[in-house]
Amino acid sequence: MLNYISVKNNQCIPFSSIPVLEYEQFLDYNTSLVKEESNHCVNYYGIRKQGKIVLICCIASDADGLIHISSTEVKPEVQLESFTARHLAFHIFEREIHENFGISYIDHPWLKPLRFPFNSFDKSSGIANYPFYKIESEELHEVGVGPIHAGVIEPGHFRFICNGEQILHLEIQLGFQHRGIENLFLEKKTLLQRTTLAENIAGDTVAGHTTAFVNLWESLCNFSPEADLQFARTLALELERIAIHTGGLSAMCTDVAYQLGSSVFGRLRTPIVNYFQIWGGNRLAKGLLRAGKTNFPFDKVLEEKLQTVFNEYKPDFDEMCKETFSLPSVLGRFEKTGVVTKEQALLTGAVGMTARSSGVNKDIRASHPHDYYQLSEHLPVIKKHGDVFSRAQIRREEIKQSIEHIRKLLESIPDENKKRQELNPPSSDSFVLSLVEGWRGEICHCAITDENGELTHYKVKDPSLHNWLSLALAVRNNEISDFPICNKSFDLSYCGNDL
Amino acid sequence: MISFVVIILASLFFSGIIVRTKSIASGRKGPGIFQPMKDIFRLLKKGSVYSETSSFVFQIAPSIYFASVLMAIMVIPFGKSEGIISFDGDFIFFAYILALGKFFSIISAMDTGSSFEGMGASREALYSLLVEPAFFILMGSFALFTGHTSFHDIFISLHFGSYVAYALGCLATFVLIMIAMIENSRMPIDDPKTHLELTMIHEVMILDNSGFDLGLILHASNLKFAMYGALIANFFIDTLPFYLTIPIFFAVQLIFAVAVGVFESFSARFRMNHNAQFIFALTSIALLIFFGVLMVIGKFI
Repeated sequence: MLNYISVKNNQCIPFSSIPVLEYEQFLDYNTSLVKEESNHCVNYYGIRKQGKIVLICCIASDADGLIHISSTEVKPEVQLESFTARHLAFHIFEREIHENFGISYIDHPWLKPLRFPFNSFDKSSGIANYPFYKIESEELHEVGVGPIHAGVIEPGHFRFICNGEQILHLEIQLGFQHRGIENLFLEKKTLLQRTTLAENIAGDTVAGHTTAFVNLWESLCNFSPEADLQFARTLALELERIAIHTGGLSAMCTDVAYQLGSSVFGRLRTPIVNYFQIWGGNRLAKGLLRAGKTNFPFDKVLEEKLQTVFNEYKPDFDEMCKETFSLPSVLGRFEKTGVVTKEQALLTGAVGMTARSSGVNKDIRASHPHDYYQLSEHLPVIKKHGDVFSRAQIRREEIKQSIEHIRKLLESIPDENKKRQELNPPSSDSFVLSLVEGWRGEICHCAITDENGELTHYKVKDPSLHNWLSLALAVRNNEISDFPICNKSFDLSYCGNDL
Repeated sequence: MISFVVIILASLFFSGIIVRTKSIASGRKGPGIFQPMKDIFRLLKKGSVYSETSSFVFQIAPSIYFASVLMAIMVIPFGKSEGIISFDGDFIFFAYILALGKFFSIISAMDTGSSFEGMGASREALYSLLVEPAFFILMGSFALFTGHTSFHDIFISLHFGSYVAYALGCLATFVLIMIAMIENSRMPIDDPKTHLELTMIHEVMILDNSGFDLGLILHASNLKFAMYGALIANFFIDTLPFYLTIPIFFAVQLIFAVAVGVFESFSARFRMNHNAQFIFALTSIALLIFFGVLMVIGKFI
């Protein structure tokens, strides 16, 4: 028997076809896989099954576009050797497993709580009695920021240990926004309710999470989406990338007090999000994407409007980029600030924009393409230095690339399929995994159904989950006054982490 | 007396002009010129909230800070007319009465016990300390140049006769503008608009102040701008009659405010650790003025 089953992105398989290994074998196999730079863990989680915990590990191989899935069964009271001791990128998954099921690890470096969920194993552990990491010293001082953000965005607590103005250590504690999204997917029974849930996982990645959900659901229902559905999803993903990246550049200018960049990029974001309003009636693209159908077919009239939006956007964007990326005072703040080295990015398992700014080639659009990305080869934008400036450059380049992508897409708009089939009910005893490259990085949704085709488990992973540790490492030895700009350059999601 | 009145008048619209300039530069219409003053009046009508952990220092500090700025304004002359207070060595009084106000604002920030405010206080103390030599070398040079030690005497006997002297006047204007920016925690040292506590200097120190106290602190900052504007204007108004000097004074204030607004619109803030170097550079410019003066009066070369 093989150690694993290999699937493609959005491929539905019987749950029983996932090999169940002994824990030692499971550990050896998966940790040996991630020694290769082109393999990384997209999801590793546990589910309860008849008093035991089934651990499922999904390792994506970028080289051949496959995802290797293996599993094991353990008893909750056992003590296990940890994956993390062999590869740090697993730390967050094992912390989650420990928090949810109480599985203890003998050699995990820090089983820090992840989000204090409702269904946690140890109900007595909460943020109120959480012992933050401390340093006994007369010279050093601690600065606690949050959980209420100064700009009232999302809540998160940041605890700095500083030597004067220099940051020695940053501890990030999240979980304030925990809503129990994964359980809600099981409680809500209709498809519309579940789609709406997916839309609300993270307000800035509506197209990303919804695409992951609808692709997964269609695969579960054995429905292959027609060209017009795939087209709309790809277009929505790229538009969302343009909108959020532009907003990101604006916010980065705000954080270094560059007013011109802040207001011009801010203004440029508006027509893009307004285009979502024209297309689907919502500026955040809510309601736009649906499994097995579309309520807002894309046509010639919409295309013309989009071309006009781009024709007005592009010259202003180029001019403002030229201005911003050559202004000494801005470069002085961006360059060599908040560096994540390639080694660190690989070690912490960074994904998406964060990984690509440190020279790690990770892009689902290229490695595990879905929808229209399957038709053309995507060349990821890679930067080497891993500093704030690289992350600003990635945004600039990806916006230009996305506009090119969309212009190419618009050359041949597929006609709306008027005779669409109804969705079948989901297949029984199945497992599906869906990967999508959102603007922030790799989104992974996994679903398991029972013998009646009912969802028994739903798992969401936002790219932020991988990347928060990169931020904590990036700010070390930087000045504490540079923390806001570092944080904004990563632009991670709090609610995507907290679920 | 006249200087006191015109400075108070200028302070009423100074920050309004900065805000308006910045709005126009970023393509917005912006609020009216008097909006910042309306905000301050609104605050002055409110009561203050004090945290239980703070002591009386926190409660008296804003008033002392405001009073110190008013006292400093009193020593500033206006062309031929003296300030309300004028004596030999009054520029030293000017510098240290401002320092007294700053001392109280620093200890009141420490009094709150907040980790942010302590950080802001330490930054403010460091930058004030670094800016002090620039001011004293500047004023000392002019005292040496004119042979007088009070603002009024220095300014009325300051006649630019040579090119070197004009150059000195321009350099002095630059140093005073930068001192005003640093003292008021504006760009490029500090960003007054930011909402991020970790990057603030002055703003973070007044996070706990509210109502009447906050109004006083905000208006003190307007007064300080107008006060440095008045010092700069004094370099140019000489002993001309009032019907000329008063328009020149307001023109200088207006140009100063617009310049601040334009500068803040088109550049980013410095990285915190570059601030110290930048402020030291002001001292070296002040030293240039000092050597220039030595050259003019023939004590050097």
